[in-house]
Amino acid sequence: MKLFSSIGAYLLMMKGMFTKPENFKMYWKELMHQSVEIGIGSLGIVAVISVFMGAVSAVQTAYQLTSPILPKETISQIVRDTVILEFAPTLVCIVLAGVVGSKIAGELGNMRVSEQIDALEIMGINTKSYLVAPKILGALITIPLLVILAMVLGIWGGRVAGSLGGILSADTYDRGLLMNFVPKNVWFALIKAYSFAFIISSVSSFYGYNVKGGALEIGRASTIAVITSCILILFADYLLAFFIL
Amino acid sequence: MIEIKNVSKSFGDKEILKDISAIMETGKTNLIIGTSGSGKTVLQKCMVGLFEVDSGEIIFDGKNLTTMSEEDRKELRQQIGMLFQGSALFDSMTVEQNVKFPLDMFTKWNLQKKMDRVNDVLERVELKGTNTKFPSEISGGMKKRVGIARAIVLKPKYLFCDEPNSGLDPQTSMVIDKLIHEITIENNITTVINTHDMNSVMEIGENILYLYHGKNEWEGNNKEIIFNKNQKLNEFIFASEFLKDAKDMRMLEEKGIIDNDRNMDEIMRDGGANLVMGDEDNKE
Repeated sequence: MKLFSSIGAYLLMMKGMFTKPENFKMYWKELMHQSVEIGIGSLGIVAVISVFMGAVSAVQTAYQLTSPILPKETISQIVRDTVILEFAPTLVCIVLAGVVGSKIAGELGNMRVSEQIDALEIMGINTKSYLVAPKILGALITIPLLVILAMVLGIWGGRVAGSLGGILSADTYDRGLLMNFVPKNVWFALIKAYSFAFIISSVSSFYGYNVKGGALEIGRASTIAVITSCILILFADYLLAFFIL
Repeated sequence: MIEIKNVSKSFGDKEILKDISAIMETGKTNLIIGTSGSGKTVLQKCMVGLFEVDSGEIIFDGKNLTTMSEEDRKELRQQIGMLFQGSALFDSMTVEQNVKFPLDMFTKWNLQKKMDRVNDVLERVELKGTNTKFPSEISGGMKKRVGIARAIVLKPKYLFCDEPNSGLDPQTSMVIDKLIHEITIENNITTVINTHDMNSVMEIGENILYLYHGKNEWEGNNKEIIFNKNQKLNEFIFASEFLKDAKDMRMLEEKGIIDNDRNMDEIMRDGGANLVMGDEDNKE
């Protein structure tokens, strides 16, 4: 029963965002602020994770491909496809659910508890569209860009690990990257990135916006937001793979 | 003027406000007093539209808040300023940005005009020169004053203050009370204050509504409250012996029995206020 009322409240929050902005300039400013917070704020962690993700992927693929019949280029093909199809969109978004999701839930939760949201409401501002919508839009703009960056850095990380570890030369790796490339995989990854960006930002906003109580509840809301986002990301990942691939 | 007509509000099975009617007068500091849990905050939140009433009406100068459209309500809210119990300043903004925020959102003024207005209100609340400080860098009393500055920057017709003195020392509380009272008179606005601070009641209680378990138990002003015969109100206001003594002193003052320093000296020579109060009827 609680699940249904939560879904209802979530949908009402989404519906409540679509109103005419009181001042377009202020909303634009807030959108830019959130884009910087989410995008630039997560750049470091995404870069580190992506490079090591690609590197580990290259080393472990080489470890498993022991057959002399298989050409070395296969390693870079596998690294490329796993990074594009799964690691960059899903793994990065799960990390972002923790980084961005907890930040959004914490920020809105703190604003709710300290009556800042009430203060905005009293001023006549639609807080759903002023506070929540820029976060969702900011995430939809920046998270797919972070996923593209993760793809590039992940593949580069595999190249560096492969050549530094003596697994395969950079030339061989590059040759493998160009073999049997399927452009649809990139589109699929971007569809996943947009879907996951929406899940992370909207679910975290919902839990943060509806915090009741004090500091303890803010922490609890952040935790629930991250857990729910992760579960929904994995569920959506399966559904998208099932229907699109 | 704000008219509250037969307002009731429940949360689940619990009835918080029971058929409350009152009038909040323009140009006066209207106080809503009562013990914790008596429904003051709920009533104030109903008045500003943060809670919907179950029944009854709230009328702002002829405009019925309870039946108006969302657009009209947004328009009305731009005429409302509110000071929150915890000040509710935006943490990520400086004092100046906090005060300028309503101007940025609702006016098309140029930067210079906005800054002039911001500096005017900051000067009015005696916070000149604090523009670049963040809320975490200022004291509780200063936060309240920034909250007042933000509430009045758009020149509202209605000012709501929820426990403006909570967490403040008596001296700072007096400053805040005085400031709210002065602003109310200067701008001829309707000010509604939730409080259980007895200093505020005595100093700025021009129109007082006492809530008891969600009911309108007593109405009057700070002069009348001294002579009230309502037992529940007296138990609430004059809870301590000290306050009872203070009340008795104020009664003597109101009746003209003690009206100058000489009389006060005499009273003190005679053994303090209690001795005088015991003999109050004879003196009258």
